[in-house]
Amino acid sequence: MKYNVALIGNPNVGKSTVFNALTGMHQHTGNWPGKTVSLASGMFKYNNNTYEMYDLPGTYSLIAHSEEERVARDAIMYDKHDVTIVVCDATCLERNLNLVLQILEITKDVIVCVNLLDEAKKKHIEIDLELLSKKLGVPVVGCTARSKQGLDQLLEKIEKVATKQIKETPTKVRYNRIIEEGIKEIVEALKPLNNTKIENRFIAIKLIDDDEIIRKDLYKYLKISNKKKLERLVSKTRVKLLDSDIKLDELKDEIVKKIVLKAEEIASSTTTYKDSNYQKRTTKIDRFLTNKLTGIPVMLLLLIVVFYITIIGANYPSDLLFSMFNSFEGPLISFFNFLHFPTFLTDALVLGAYKTLGWVVSVMLPPMAIFFPMFTILEDSGYLPRIAFNLDRCFKKCNACGKQALTMCMGFGCNAVGVSGCRIIDSKRERLIAILTNNFVPCNGRFPAIISIITMFFVGFSTGASLLKVFFLTAVILLGIFTTLFVSNILSRTLLKGEPSSFTLELPPYRKPQYLKVIIRSIMDRTLRVLLRAIVVALPTGLVIYLFANVNIEGTSILLHLSNFLDPFATIIGLDGVILLAFILGFPANEIVVPIIIMSYLSTGVMTDFTSLVDLKQLLVDNGWTTLTAICTILFSLMHWPCSTTCLTIKKETGSLKWTLLSILIPTICGITLCFITATIFRLFII
Amino acid sequence: MKEYTLNKVPISSTVILKSLKNEGSIRRRLLDIGFIPGTKIECVLTSPFKDPTLYRIRGTLIAIRSDDAKNIIVEDLYEV
Repeated sequence: MKYNVALIGNPNVGKSTVFNALTGMHQHTGNWPGKTVSLASGMFKYNNNTYEMYDLPGTYSLIAHSEEERVARDAIMYDKHDVTIVVCDATCLERNLNLVLQILEITKDVIVCVNLLDEAKKKHIEIDLELLSKKLGVPVVGCTARSKQGLDQLLEKIEKVATKQIKETPTKVRYNRIIEEGIKEIVEALKPLNNTKIENRFIAIKLIDDDEIIRKDLYKYLKISNKKKLERLVSKTRVKLLDSDIKLDELKDEIVKKIVLKAEEIASSTTTYKDSNYQKRTTKIDRFLTNKLTGIPVMLLLLIVVFYITIIGANYPSDLLFSMFNSFEGPLISFFNFLHFPTFLTDALVLGAYKTLGWVVSVMLPPMAIFFPMFTILEDSGYLPRIAFNLDRCFKKCNACGKQALTMCMGFGCNAVGVSGCRIIDSKRERLIAILTNNFVPCNGRFPAIISIITMFFVGFSTGASLLKVFFLTAVILLGIFTTLFVSNILSRTLLKGEPSSFTLELPPYRKPQYLKVIIRSIMDRTLRVLLRAIVVALPTGLVIYLFANVNIEGTSILLHLSNFLDPFATIIGLDGVILLAFILGFPANEIVVPIIIMSYLSTGVMTDFTSLVDLKQLLVDNGWTTLTAICTILFSLMHWPCSTTCLTIKKETGSLKWTLLSILIPTICGITLCFITATIFRLFII
Repeated sequence: MKEYTLNKVPISSTVILKSLKNEGSIRRRLLDIGFIPGTKIECVLTSPFKDPTLYRIRGTLIAIRSDDAKNIIVEDLYEV
């Protein structure tokens, strides 16, 4: 038999660890809502049954005020899961139980998985799992997913619940007499109508609560033709409530409150704190990382250290890879000659495709393999929400939301992920601002190119590259952040006018990252995936560009025709025709911009042996690159149209062509303007 | 009994929540986090730019902007 299993839980509770441990699929889903962009799924087998597991976005609640919560709630309500596993953090059970109780209201066949037992033990927190199971009326499994403890019991329970060997009696939150009477009547009326897994009681509560969205969805989903009777019962209860002391707007409060109080009661009766100072450590770290004096400097310092290690560390392996690829070039040509390939084809394959591949790998792999693990460690430690906390005031000044800082951080990985991540922002206006400005953070497709240009033109190749050059990279990132704030500010005063809305930001406890696993996972998942994408696109592009450069029309190559056409405009903004053409051709994937530039120069210029970044710089300089070209290329890389994937994601998230077009126009205009100003100043004063 | 608003609570001190004057979606959000009359709230620290402030409530850390904290009425812990 095949069963569907849903996995849900608060952010940062090790939900992904449970997911990976069970499915064996190393799908990277970070620890902040939004990371699970589309619902990730994976399969596993246990005792002859197959299970398909769906990883839902991490959420604190299902009251559905943000897109993120709505997605999670809709999945719980309308997707037909045989088992729903709620992953909880043993170190803050009460907060997690809130979500558990909300889910128990909605659906049947729930298993509660209390994770991070090892950390709880360290903090001297003890949880009576058996009592918890009794109180909740559903199976509870304790585990430490990262060391795979407790997973066997979890699998066993999944099987028992899926095959209906366990009869669950989930606990329900009780409301006052009038509400309960109303619920009873409505539930009776619903019984013949509802054949879904959604609890009748939940539907009744939501109808009395008059939740507009859910009411519409429910009627549509349940296909209730005659809702008159239901509506009559609902309004009867509401009238009764009006007559009593409870006002209708207090009713909403009442429903939310009761769940919190129930969570409190269950948590306090099942949890023992043997050390009342268990929160001291987190507070101490926070005092340091988010302090008035040290908060911002520490944040900048972290950024600088990460960049420093990346730039310095990438230099040597980069050269190593260059010479490795280079040493294979001769034998490869001999090999093709041996096969009697026509010279033209050999040249196209080796000097076109292979050479481009070599460039891409040598230039991109080292910085990525160093940067991403470091970034993932920061992510896993729980530091990223602290950045949002530190910077919220700046975003508030721009009438935007502090959580935008988080979506910005996601953008470092991939702008498409950053754009979907904007779902964590409640206010629609602020969400749009975050979406439209996400591209000002360089994603991992653009990052390596920026780093290598800085290395070539500003760091130099001598030993002991100066710190000053690292500040340059930091400055580029800061420029991106300032532009984000600047554009957000303009947007919130023009197209997206409005006041900053209220918001709450939850800071998860710090976790010690699993260094080794993080390094392996981020190299395997992020680095190699990005590299693969680059290669897949770069190989054929390399070939095409080679053909473009060698097929002549009226004595000039197609490539030259195109770049000559773009050249006059490109020169004004400090680039050249080839660079601009590369950015245009790089629309499918930013990773291939630099390879296209190299290809174009290689195929038009004189061939020499390239064995390192020094030679790459020579190639660029030979083709007219100056410091100005380098600066403008970096600036334009930071600010131009989003890649095709991001554009599609923006279209999907905003559902509007207008905002998608604006998200292309805004960074492009910023980029062109900034490059133009830079080039003009440079030409007037420096050269 | 001394009553004041949450944004006036000094760092490191703990108060008891009296009532919420917040309205709309933030009200629900706060209730959902556990901002219910009678709950202990500890003011942990303020961010580098003085806003928002971090509070500990029911074992979790929540950052709230002073504009929202203004509408949360609290009273001293020891006078209850």
